[in-house]
Amino acid sequence: MLLTTAFMLLSLTTHLPCAVTPALIEVNDTPNDWGNSLTVRWKPPLPPDSIIRYEVWRAHHGVSPVEITTFTDSSSFAEVMTHAGWVRAGMNRANDTLFVDSHLSKDTSYVYRLATYAPKMIILSNQSQPLRPERQYLDRSHTNILIATILFIAAVVTFVERARRGASLFIRRIAGLEAIEEAVGRATEMGRPILYVPGLEAMDEVATVAAIDILGQVAKKAGEYGTRLLVPNRDPIVMAVAQQVVRESFSAVGKPHMFRSQDVFYVTFSQFGFAAAVAGLMMREKPATNFFMGRFYAESLVLAETGNATGAIQIAGTDADAQLPFFISACDYTLIGEELYAGSVYLSRQPLLLGALKAQDYAKAIIIGAAIGVVLLYLVRPEIAEMIRKAFG
Amino acid sequence: MKRQGPIILAFAIGMLMLIQFFTPAAFFKEAYNTILDWKQVVLGFTFILGTWSLIRYHYIKINRKRENWQYSYVTLAGLAITVLAALIWKTAEGPYPWLFNNVQVPMQSTMFSLLAFFVASASYRAFRARTFHATLLLIAGALVMLGRVPIGSYLSGSIFGVKISLVAISDWVLNVPNAAAKRGIMIGVGLGMTATAIKIILGIEQTYLGKTD
Repeated sequence: MLLTTAFMLLSLTTHLPCAVTPALIEVNDTPNDWGNSLTVRWKPPLPPDSIIRYEVWRAHHGVSPVEITTFTDSSSFAEVMTHAGWVRAGMNRANDTLFVDSHLSKDTSYVYRLATYAPKMIILSNQSQPLRPERQYLDRSHTNILIATILFIAAVVTFVERARRGASLFIRRIAGLEAIEEAVGRATEMGRPILYVPGLEAMDEVATVAAIDILGQVAKKAGEYGTRLLVPNRDPIVMAVAQQVVRESFSAVGKPHMFRSQDVFYVTFSQFGFAAAVAGLMMREKPATNFFMGRFYAESLVLAETGNATGAIQIAGTDADAQLPFFISACDYTLIGEELYAGSVYLSRQPLLLGALKAQDYAKAIIIGAAIGVVLLYLVRPEIAEMIRKAFG
Repeated sequence: MKRQGPIILAFAIGMLMLIQFFTPAAFFKEAYNTILDWKQVVLGFTFILGTWSLIRYHYIKINRKRENWQYSYVTLAGLAITVLAALIWKTAEGPYPWLFNNVQVPMQSTMFSLLAFFVASASYRAFRARTFHATLLLIAGALVMLGRVPIGSYLSGSIFGVKISLVAISDWVLNVPNAAAKRGIMIGVGLGMTATAIKIILGIEQTYLGKTD
């Protein structure tokens, strides 16, 4: 076997083109991983336009050396490498200079060689230094987010604690939420139902959670006034949660008999099927008040314009910035972005929830301050501003 | 325990999701992926719940002869035919893909195309220059629209020697005041989301469990 390999190597080295410098490769531990990958970087040995592709070869430390660095035949080259105990870890395109080798063991040292494929020539790099993957417990690329999250949680807990002790916390007036009582009252006076659409997303979307929180408050008001509440849903889980919330809200105001499970119903998962069904519902039932709360997409305008055509008072709230102009132009009141999340707190006025809202306001003030500060710093000392940008990258 | 159980579960899963974002530890990543798989499984089962709700809604409508109750027969028949087509001929060929391509897709496209008319009526209402803000919106809207169409690139001139291009104005409106406002909204949304998530993880917010007081 050894004789065959040696003969093959000799045959490969005949008629070689002029000598070329092998690629310089560098192997490092991949940062922020669980000790299962290494990163191979290299400098191209030839101009990029004369490279076809790269192959990264890996072996355990202590593997048989392959002394030849230039080959002419790819299948023979692969055979030589495999015989010597090397494994092809991956292939890269001509303009790549980096390869991340995953699924490695943290208990093994690895060595690498890079094969550069050029027309009629394969250039093999020198063997890299042996390296073992290292395990990291913290993803350092998320350090800035971790610090911000800890500070924000601390602020929420602090303000919740202050609210628990009875501190008075001011919240600015939100017109769209102030109008809810009036809107429910209008539906009662007209003897028509209220329509509440909790968005198109599933329960794992925070906007849907916020929409369900507001639904609880709206259902309480509807219960107090004895007004029928219709809640069409696109997601079956949201429907189940909405049924529970409406049932509990009616019970909380002493009207459990008002709850009808067929009023909180599933329509379809199809986006425009849902829009068509809700638009049809608006035309048939003529609700006096429409609520569109949660995450919406292109169907937002179909819903809001149909509601507008029926003459209903409309209150919308969404965190989807692309849909805000449509709601603003077609609805009477629109909760913009964060106001949707503040809705439940604003309506319930629960001290603990107010505390969290206050923390949110302070965090926003800090972000605004930081943004203004960085802009001014860019104008006065751009090099320091750039340093900060890189640090928080 | 009926309410404590979900709160404890929300806390445990919420913390797990939070920690997995900050650590590359394999256990957390696997747990994260497993939970996402579970979510898909649960979603599959909830469609039974949704279908039951749909059938019940239309059955009651037909039974009580509510307005346009006849259309409920169409819905129920459509549901039954689609399910049967998938069960008998499978979903890859036969009537099921035909129904999807020739009934559902055209209907969805029809609904989507209605947007053009709704945009026109909403724009008419929004652009009526009755107030200062509406006038500002009208001017900004006109500039952006003209800057986005081919003729916009020909509409440029110079005032007091300064060359003015509609495309450049349109780009400026989109990239400076519009982008700034959008980013402001997104920062607020990000904080609102985080605050809501923290409230749920810590058990401060319980409305989603049906608690409204």
